[in-house]
Amino acid sequence: MLIVVCIKQVPDTTQVQIDPVTNTLVREGIPFIVNPYDTHALEEGLRLKDRFGCKVAAISMGPPNAEATLKKALALGVDHAILLSDRVFGGADTLATSNVLSAAIRKLHEEVDHVGLVLCGKQTIDGDTAQVGPGIASRLEYQQLTLVDRIVNLDLSGNTIRVSRKLEGRHEIVEAPLPAMLTVVRELNRPRYPRVPMRLSAVNATVEVWNNQVLKLDEQKIGLKGSPTWVSKIFSPERAIGEILGDGYADPEGTAAILIEKLLAKDMLPI
Amino acid sequence: MTPNPLIFTPLLLASLAVFAWGCWRRLSLISLGKPEDRFDRLGTRFGEMLLYAFGQKRVLAKPFGINHFIIFWSFLILIVANTEFILNGIFPRTVKLIKLPFELYVPLAFMIDIASLLALAAVMVAVVRRIAAPPYPEARTPEAFFILGLIATLMLASFGLNASELAGYMFRSNSDPASFLATAQKMMPVSAQLAGLLPQAHLGAIHAVAWWAHALALLAFICYLPHSKHMHILTAIPNCFFRRLGKPNTIPREEFRIGNTFGVSEVDRYTWKDLLDSFSCTECGRCQKVCPASITGKPLNPRAVVHDIKVNLLENGRLLKKGLPPETPLIGDQGEGSVSEEAIWGCTTCGACMEACPVFIEQMPKIIELRRHLVETEARFPEELLNLFENMESRSNPWGIAPSERTKWCSQLEVRPFDRDTTEYLFYVGCAGSFDSRSKHVSVALAQLLDRAGISWGILGKDEKCCGDSVRRLGNEYVFDRMARENVEVFRERGVKKIITQCPHCFSTLKNDYRQYGLELDVIHHSELLRDLVKDGRLVLDKATGELGTTVFHDSCYLGRHNDIYEAPRQMIEMATGAAPAEMGRNRGNGFCCGAGGGRMWMEEHTGERINLTRVKEALEEKPDTICVACPYCLTMFEDGLKDVNAEGVRVRDVAEVMAEAVLH
Repeated sequence: MLIVVCIKQVPDTTQVQIDPVTNTLVREGIPFIVNPYDTHALEEGLRLKDRFGCKVAAISMGPPNAEATLKKALALGVDHAILLSDRVFGGADTLATSNVLSAAIRKLHEEVDHVGLVLCGKQTIDGDTAQVGPGIASRLEYQQLTLVDRIVNLDLSGNTIRVSRKLEGRHEIVEAPLPAMLTVVRELNRPRYPRVPMRLSAVNATVEVWNNQVLKLDEQKIGLKGSPTWVSKIFSPERAIGEILGDGYADPEGTAAILIEKLLAKDMLPI
Repeated sequence: MTPNPLIFTPLLLASLAVFAWGCWRRLSLISLGKPEDRFDRLGTRFGEMLLYAFGQKRVLAKPFGINHFIIFWSFLILIVANTEFILNGIFPRTVKLIKLPFELYVPLAFMIDIASLLALAAVMVAVVRRIAAPPYPEARTPEAFFILGLIATLMLASFGLNASELAGYMFRSNSDPASFLATAQKMMPVSAQLAGLLPQAHLGAIHAVAWWAHALALLAFICYLPHSKHMHILTAIPNCFFRRLGKPNTIPREEFRIGNTFGVSEVDRYTWKDLLDSFSCTECGRCQKVCPASITGKPLNPRAVVHDIKVNLLENGRLLKKGLPPETPLIGDQGEGSVSEEAIWGCTTCGACMEACPVFIEQMPKIIELRRHLVETEARFPEELLNLFENMESRSNPWGIAPSERTKWCSQLEVRPFDRDTTEYLFYVGCAGSFDSRSKHVSVALAQLLDRAGISWGILGKDEKCCGDSVRRLGNEYVFDRMARENVEVFRERGVKKIITQCPHCFSTLKNDYRQYGLELDVIHHSELLRDLVKDGRLVLDKATGELGTTVFHDSCYLGRHNDIYEAPRQMIEMATGAAPAEMGRNRGNGFCCGAGGGRMWMEEHTGERINLTRVKEALEEKPDTICVACPYCLTMFEDGLKDVNAEGVRVRDVAEVMAEAVLH
């Protein structure tokens, strides 16, 4: 059985700034990281590999420099790393993205081994839509198990999986037949740290690149052309309220006094 | 009865064979270690050996060291007497010291007699000490008492031997006993005293018993030596010769190539010098008595680490020689011969153990090698380090704060980018100085003082990266290596030559560790720079500040012990306040770590008393108004510790803030 983990290279959002003139993300010089939720998906794939001996493939759609993200996956122990990269894939929304990813998974299924599980992070930290995972499940007609925080049981002979879903204020235990697509939350596991020997071999390992000549998808269904949604504006919200009071280090007592005065004025201190 | 060479000679040969076998066994184990060059500057090494091995300089640093000094030098003198004894045992009556010229024999006999007495007295003192007040409780080992008993037997037997021989001469020469003994006492005072008490009738028997007691004790000693911790008699001298010249404040680099191993998980991956260290340890326990982890009840004990390496080598040596996997794991909880992971992570790399060791054993690098294996090969480490490692790799600072925030500390100041043509010094602010809200005040104080003194300085701003100190001491050499290469590249590109740091960890890493990358930087810690600026009159102190009240100074390990800067911060405090700071009981080379070094800053402290609390309480004994530090980690550890003991009236100030108080206000 093959487990496919979908990972995405995202800008390090703590370092992202928005260009005040053009209202777009300033991408120059911003380091990229692996989408944090995807690192948990990857870890779960690797744990299942450790336990059941199945193979793990990591796939990512993105520009050529997303190779770095897949090298990280190789350093952690995935067996295949495939970058889906082509100019015609660019500008994709979640629909077009899931078209490309599911085509790649189908190809892996046909050419490498039968795919039993697809693991995705619950969402990416740049787009935050949480739609790509479910999109893949729909296109491939896999069972869709979102917000998974625990795999309760994976029964390879019975071909079923039972997971816990983390919902607001409750957990839901659900069971589904394989193949299934899981989106995972951070509580699922603690991602491992790469070992140096693996890191070193990952440096020389090859990341396969599949462009559209390989996937042969209808250009109307991928990239900008295949994307019914587009971003019309992006902006950072103005800070409407809040102020920094005094100088807490130089004058802690004075600062506390200012705060008390303010709270009293708003009648927020019970006397 | 005269000694029988037909019995003695075979026994001697057998003993020498056991001795040689023991030495060969251990030396061949040492040769299992990896190569390491310790053959440079041979002249200096020879001098160091004379000073520390024969001069016993470090042994004498503690009061009880005089006892060891006496035994050591008595032994050296008694080598002459024992050589005579052995030769006389093989060739009776042919080799006798008494056949030497009289002017030579008399002082020699006197020295031997006195040395034997001193050795006997010192051994008695050692026995009493080991029973009544041992260096550490586990030091009361049968092995220790056996060897002391053996030495005492040797001395007593030699007195019996010399006394019975003297008495023999006396009776044979028919001289007046009183005048004979009076003359003899000038030569061998102790033996002659004893000779007067011996009955003539049993002289032969006494001589024989004494001779054989001496012979058997000596042969037992020869046999036992290379199989016990007392092998240090043989190994401590070369260990001083092969010591790391200069401070052991760095660790060797690793080469990151496919197929290499990283760190140490099996004892033969240590270098031969590490293995020689393990056979040079006599378990005096001085290291554990200064180790902050041992003192506060953690499982780490530097003496035990070295001992476990030795035991592991002895247990696994046979297998390792054949290239087979070892049976006793070096890392684990299997007891003797294994070092536990909790012990490995307990080290603050403060260097106190290495400063205390009389024979220059390097404990800290051995512990870091074990960490390297755990981090790099096993990816196994306390979970709180995962974030640290990832933050260091992705954002080059321990907290994972965006590099764009590196300049926020100086938002109120004029921005001063470093420029190779117009700025003299790079002010390497450091992660704490850039991001830690408390340490930012130190950065500002220092910047203002530099401006006041007219120093030309600039910063790298968002291009400044962490020096990598914590990841290196935590054993993550792979990440350190990348960080160091990047920094070295930036320094070279930007033409950086002179660097000011306010953090002793940055200071030591840039100055000492980066030298391994071929970069010789002129790094200066702010305490030395500011002191010099006052001395040169570039910073003017109109009046001493009274704001700070009484002060006490705490030594940072990476400034003091690792780089020998003890006086500059003290002088600064004296300049600024008009009074020298009070000293804690443990200060300067004997200073006690705050608990944050070696990456411990980023780890939880679950076992025993917290190290910073121990130190804070020690500082409070001096009843200070202000505790002065010269390191951002110490600053944090003291502020946290003071909150824990509710000592709210006491402040913690970096020496730059102390100086700013006097100069700027």
